[in-house]
Amino acid sequence: MTASARVPGLYLSDLTLSHFRSHLSARLSLDARPVAIHGPNGAGKTNLIEAVSLFSPGRGLRRAAAQDMVRRPEALGWKITGILHAPGGAREVETWSENGAARQVRIDAKAGTQLVLGRIARVLWLVPSMDRLWIESAEGRRRFLDRMTMSFTPDHAEVVLSYEKAMRERNRLLKDQVRDGHWYVALERQMSESGAQIHANRQAALIRLDAAQTEAETAFPAARLELVQSEGAMPETVSDLREALSEGRFRDLAAGRTLIGPHRTDLFGVYAAKGVPARDCSTGEQKALLVSLVLANGRALARDFGAPPLLLLDEVAAHLDAGRRAALYDEICALGAQAWMTGTGAELFAELGDRAQYIEVTEENGTSITRQSDPA
Amino acid sequence: MNSTRDIEALIDAMAKLPGLGPRSARRAVLHLIRKRALLMQPLADLMGQVAATARECLNCGNVGTTDICDICASEKRGNGQICVVEDVADLWAMERGQVFKGRYHVLGGTLSALDQVGPEQLRIPKLIDRVDAESVTEVILALNATIDGQTTAHYIADQLEGRVSLSSLAQGVPIGGELDYLDDGTIAAALNARKSF
Repeated sequence: MTASARVPGLYLSDLTLSHFRSHLSARLSLDARPVAIHGPNGAGKTNLIEAVSLFSPGRGLRRAAAQDMVRRPEALGWKITGILHAPGGAREVETWSENGAARQVRIDAKAGTQLVLGRIARVLWLVPSMDRLWIESAEGRRRFLDRMTMSFTPDHAEVVLSYEKAMRERNRLLKDQVRDGHWYVALERQMSESGAQIHANRQAALIRLDAAQTEAETAFPAARLELVQSEGAMPETVSDLREALSEGRFRDLAAGRTLIGPHRTDLFGVYAAKGVPARDCSTGEQKALLVSLVLANGRALARDFGAPPLLLLDEVAAHLDAGRRAALYDEICALGAQAWMTGTGAELFAELGDRAQYIEVTEENGTSITRQSDPA
Repeated sequence: MNSTRDIEALIDAMAKLPGLGPRSARRAVLHLIRKRALLMQPLADLMGQVAATARECLNCGNVGTTDICDICASEKRGNGQICVVEDVADLWAMERGQVFKGRYHVLGGTLSALDQVGPEQLRIPKLIDRVDAESVTEVILALNATIDGQTTAHYIADQLEGRVSLSSLAQGVPIGGELDYLDDGTIAAALNARKSF
């Protein structure tokens, strides 16, 4: 499919960065095609896609605090602006942080919240630190799952925040050995309402991902996914969860924290064709499963939301052989996603040809220089 | 000696007030100085007077200049209803509506284990006592729709369940509000709480 034949979905154009990490000033004029970013290590490629990740709610792909994103030594604060083209029309989005304060958002010149960003833009990413996702702690898998869930149900973020807030309060009571039953009941009521919703949202996301993997013809292996609890089963309804929290109070008091609920859920993945748990697969297969899920998420969103998400694929070529790499590029182009991909050399993107737009990032005296260039 | 030192100190003090910053504090002080006799001196007198006499109502936590506030002292307001609010500002907001004819109970905050604010700090035991002492038939929970506000509401409801009728304020479309400007949660709450036309 050529760029001109593509029906534009969700994409960023006119991206500008000011005093953001290594970028003193960057101005990029883009169309809907995938963006291939190449340059040497440490030039500032990931900083560029981190900036794009801030068009979604939260702390971005590095999970960094706003004050950690300032360019040093100036430490003046930073600002990112862009025109976000979505099915509902183009929006001018600005996000910035001053004096180390929490980041602000303005949409079409009006102050907005980060949660609103989640409703107008879906952004998914794969970064090298996720290569060990299947073998490291459940927290990373839960975060990955919640990001995919949020892409389908933007309100999921708010429900998770509500649950975590109430759980922190309950954990404090447990730690302080407070015995006021009424206080626990009040918090458990809040936790059970949001907790059951979190579980339902996650299950709905898995069903959509499963369907998107089953229906597609793809070079990437399908991952069969399942929600598992670190112990026992997750109570699925509000009343069951409330009862479980109430019954577990004595045990939780001994542990000093809440031992049941969606915060103890893990995402269990299996390489479907081989029936092998993802954690036991080879490094390359584990990466391929992640890519498969991100692509499935993109296909499901394209169908439900009317546009595929912005995909941020940092060092995506690592662990993928040339055949899989070419297949990935073909699938991204078929999906019509503006995928932002980084790699050390332009040759890594050779298979894309003029189906992509290219940015070369170099570093001079501690400052990143971006240059839009021709296909390799 | 700096001839403007006291004025600058006044500006700094004013700038600490809610809703005022350094710029608006400067404008307010300048205005007061220009209207010294008409505005500043009476204001200073009143501030001195209120500073000496202001206190919390021993019954409900409202702010007044007597031990028992006018609302608690009024026989007419003893209709068996108590409206529970987080803060005195919420009580004043309710009073501006001129609809509620019962009495209030000001909690002085919301439960927060993380901030070490428990029932004892919130005058919740006093509320439980009042329900019996004042023959209360209905407790209206007018707490904010935040996690802490709702946790506190559930806590009180759990304590009083079966002893008194419990209600909470409706949530939904504000008067004069346009649907297009409401967030999804408010629209959902309004739809769930719809009533016959």
